[in-house]
Amino acid sequence: MIKATELSKKYGGNTVLNIPSLEVPKGQTFGLVGNNGAGKTTFFNLLLDLIKPTTGTIINNEIQVNKSEDWKPFTAAFIDESFLIGYLTPEEYFYFIGELRGMNKADIDTFLAQFEEIFNDEILGKKKYLRDLSKGNQKKAGIVAALIGNPEVIILDEPFANLDPTTQIRLKKILSDLTKDSKSTVLISSHDLGHVTEVCERIVVLDKGDIVKDLKTSEETLKELESYFSV
Amino acid sequence: MIKHFINFEWKQFFRSSYWQKSIGLNILLGFFALYMIASFLILGVAIYPLLKQKYPESDPLIIVNGFLFYWFLSDLLMRFFLQKLPVMNVKPFLILPLKRRKIVNYILQKSAISFFNFLPLFAVIPFGVILIFEDYSTTTAVVWMLTMILFSLIINFVNFIIESKSAETELSFLPIIVLASVLFGLNYFEIISFSTLVASAMNAIIENPILIIVPILVLVSVYATNFSILKKKLYVDASLKAKTEIANSSTMEWTKKFGSIAPFLQLDLKLLLRNKRPRSSIFILAIGLLYGLFFYPQKIYIEQEWLYVFVGTFVTGIFMINFGQFIPAWDSGYYKLLMSQNIKYKEYLNSKYSLMIMVSILMFVLSIPYVYFGWKILVVHFAALIYNLGVNVYVLLFAGSFNRKKIDLTQRAAFNYQGTGAVQWLVGFPLLLVPVGIFLLPYFTLGFEAGVATLIILGVIGIVFHQKLMNIITKKYLQSKHKMINAFDQNN
Repeated sequence: MIKATELSKKYGGNTVLNIPSLEVPKGQTFGLVGNNGAGKTTFFNLLLDLIKPTTGTIINNEIQVNKSEDWKPFTAAFIDESFLIGYLTPEEYFYFIGELRGMNKADIDTFLAQFEEIFNDEILGKKKYLRDLSKGNQKKAGIVAALIGNPEVIILDEPFANLDPTTQIRLKKILSDLTKDSKSTVLISSHDLGHVTEVCERIVVLDKGDIVKDLKTSEETLKELESYFSV
Repeated sequence: MIKHFINFEWKQFFRSSYWQKSIGLNILLGFFALYMIASFLILGVAIYPLLKQKYPESDPLIIVNGFLFYWFLSDLLMRFFLQKLPVMNVKPFLILPLKRRKIVNYILQKSAISFFNFLPLFAVIPFGVILIFEDYSTTTAVVWMLTMILFSLIINFVNFIIESKSAETELSFLPIIVLASVLFGLNYFEIISFSTLVASAMNAIIENPILIIVPILVLVSVYATNFSILKKKLYVDASLKAKTEIANSSTMEWTKKFGSIAPFLQLDLKLLLRNKRPRSSIFILAIGLLYGLFFYPQKIYIEQEWLYVFVGTFVTGIFMINFGQFIPAWDSGYYKLLMSQNIKYKEYLNSKYSLMIMVSILMFVLSIPYVYFGWKILVVHFAALIYNLGVNVYVLLFAGSFNRKKIDLTQRAAFNYQGTGAVQWLVGFPLLLVPVGIFLLPYFTLGFEAGVATLIILGVIGIVFHQKLMNIITKKYLQSKHKMINAFDQNN
């Protein structure tokens, strides 16, 4: 589904990402871990064509992302709060995204019904603009919006940070359901080793822009990661 | 500590991506400043001999004092539109071991060294020096100059009080316009003659220098008022955090008629209605519409037919200039979302285009009553509308692709009352003056009809090539996409 070749990003003379080759097959839950500055967000930004690669290419479902915009209809992402439109209410925001993805209001209302538990009565129908919601609730809205319209590729940067424990648990379930019938490919990054090992089938460890580990998740993965990071 | 503050602001200014992209604009501002300085200097040097020549039997100083009221009033107006209370991001400093007093004093005192306080000196000092050479006592001249400086500072701080009050009420320009018109009106119809009041106050101070204590006390009290207003705002829950508004949801079903651009149109309308800063572009419509009343009722202006072009472009283009020059910065807060969503750039730009032309046409329709002052006005306004629709709108959209300055709609930057400064008005000048220039050449050689026709033809050419022009503009936006994302990501 996603294929990066000879991909690198340099700022000045400083290489922040260098991936000779990485392939994420369709339907995989793919986890990216690494300390600050490892290049996780850079990779996602490259994948979304928000920054230009210094060398190499990323291909998303046969489409080279910086050559054509045709990857947009089947790709969704939530990187940070700058993906929210502060002066809209959450409903209006969902309808807007829905409209861009060819869903009408009724579709969205049905879609939102399944997240009632996550929203916990704090998001919908509150007569509040997104900018006035708490950080955690903003994040919930952003993540849910990224799931609108059954995108084939979903990119979430640090989805668990800022979320309350209940939502973290529910989000894990939602993410594993998404790839169950291998419809969607999910890419997430996280600093929480426990969560990624639970959710992801495959985990890649980045360090200063290089891939240092590429693991298929198993019983030992969490231990292995912990020992790697506890240097 | 002050040293650090100054250092931070210096860095903030020069390290922002805005600075690096807008050297041209800064140079333009520099020229504008030089022009103002030169004008004031000439005024200061020339006024005494001029008055002496025209009214040999009156005392020039007394005549000048008689006009001080207008001087102060226009000074206040100019400051309101051009001067901003120095912005500083105070949140990081609040928990540092620093007295709040110190932060506020710094902000206020910094404003005292603004260009707008030095500008009057260029007229005041030459005039004062001439007074000394012309047989006035040195005390008189010095006291007069000192009083003028004091008044300048008073106006400086009064302006900030008005700015902060009008920012709270969200009426934008309305309070200052009303205040200035009322003062002017009362004075003009001699209900209360402020010019006489100001003049006699000034004369009294000159005769009795000890009275200079009065403006000093006034200055202290306006400073104190500013101090207490600002100090109250120095709490995270007061102004740093935006007030929670009750949201009103609306679906704006009527926009559906516009097809594929409907979602963006809705977004733009909500942007305009729900955020303080773009909302001022709506208030400015009223000012734009009434702008003609400034010129047309007066005989000297109505005879100048080229002036209709200026007013017409202004009236029909005011929204375009105000809103258009910040495309796409209005959306800078969520630009990454727009860029990664299922959005075609062309539709996004087309929605902005549609909004601007709709408002322009609306403004033209509303300005039809100006026909009262002559049918030629209506004709020229129509030509100006076509020119705006065919030329200016594309210029603005194209210029937008060079936009690198983020607009913070949520207003976390404390004390950012208007968010508009001299720069914004400067950008408008070429858009308003170029059509006047275009009109003038055929007007003087071939006559009125030729001037009007030239404007209309240029506009029609633009409208006919709409698709082509939009393609070029879209391409330009696509080219600068990554630069814009990067710039909008920065906070200052």
